[in-house]
Amino acid sequence: MTVPNIFSNKCFKEAFRCTIPVLLGYLAIGIAFGLLLTDAGYHWLLALFMSITIYAGAGQYIAVSMFAQNAGFTEIALVTLLVNARHMVYGLSLLDKFRNTKPITPYLIFALTDETYSLLTTVTVPDGVKKREFYFYISLLDHFYWIAGGVLGAWFGSFFTSFDCTGLSFALTALFMVLLIEQWKQCRSKLPFAIAAIVSILVLIFIGKENMLIFSILISIIILILLRKRLPS
Amino acid sequence: MTPMPLSRVFIAILIIAVVTFFTRVFPFIFFSRRNPPKILDFVQQYIPPMVMVILVIYSLKDTSWASAPFGLPEIISLLFVTIIHLWKNNPLISIFGGTILYMIFVQTGILKTLF
Repeated sequence: MTVPNIFSNKCFKEAFRCTIPVLLGYLAIGIAFGLLLTDAGYHWLLALFMSITIYAGAGQYIAVSMFAQNAGFTEIALVTLLVNARHMVYGLSLLDKFRNTKPITPYLIFALTDETYSLLTTVTVPDGVKKREFYFYISLLDHFYWIAGGVLGAWFGSFFTSFDCTGLSFALTALFMVLLIEQWKQCRSKLPFAIAAIVSILVLIFIGKENMLIFSILISIIILILLRKRLPS
Repeated sequence: MTPMPLSRVFIAILIIAVVTFFTRVFPFIFFSRRNPPKILDFVQQYIPPMVMVILVIYSLKDTSWASAPFGLPEIISLLFVTIIHLWKNNPLISIFGGTILYMIFVQTGILKTLF
């Protein structure tokens, strides 16, 4: 696929216009990620490497706190799986849209973040523009914003070491709180919230914070399955 | 606690990247030809809310509730995030506003002076 003068390309311009809100959001959240990573004592290049290869907002934030705790690989894998479990259903609504997008389909799937997913499922492909190229530019631009944000934050964090980062990791708590509110608005039953809150507080008290994530998630899922008759399906 | 050494960090990143890609490619591998089972609907609906609650509590696990300022910076900042988010519905404002507020609380120690 040759791309003659990409910046005057109509498809690129249309894709750029769609992604402007994501640009602002990713720069801000990416910068916070980069700051957190260098604050935990890692090199800024690691922010670049993580944002290229992982490319997940909440996933990378939680990764930083697991690095800081020197968590085990099994816990890291399980937590990543559960934090990203929502992605397992995203693809279902894109099965049709992603047909005839070879050979870039694997990249489109790799780059399917929450924000890109919401763009691809809501925007209409403009007239005279190839769907495959349009989706590709949207995904690539979003990925680029995310990488840029992470690297900017990490640079800032490593060159301005006098910047007091105490309390910055609250960005993580705030991000999860916002995601929790969004789930609260959408979810038809409030029972899962209650189960998870009670279970995780009990785990924190009786099992301790080292293995809190794994135990809370597994116990909550077991209770959820036991109570599934009480939940609307 | 000592942070993870760089050699382990690279393996961890590889694991996270592979698992993340797996969650994204999963439906394309398994359901390109047949319909997804009911249990997946169940997962789709209820696992994300539970995970978010657990993550909020997890990120507060190092808060010292028994000594001044008794978790007040966390509680006030979280209330702020919640109210601003319900009001403005803009994740950026809620996340950054709440974080800046929290940083002011813990860096100035202003709430400790209450006790």
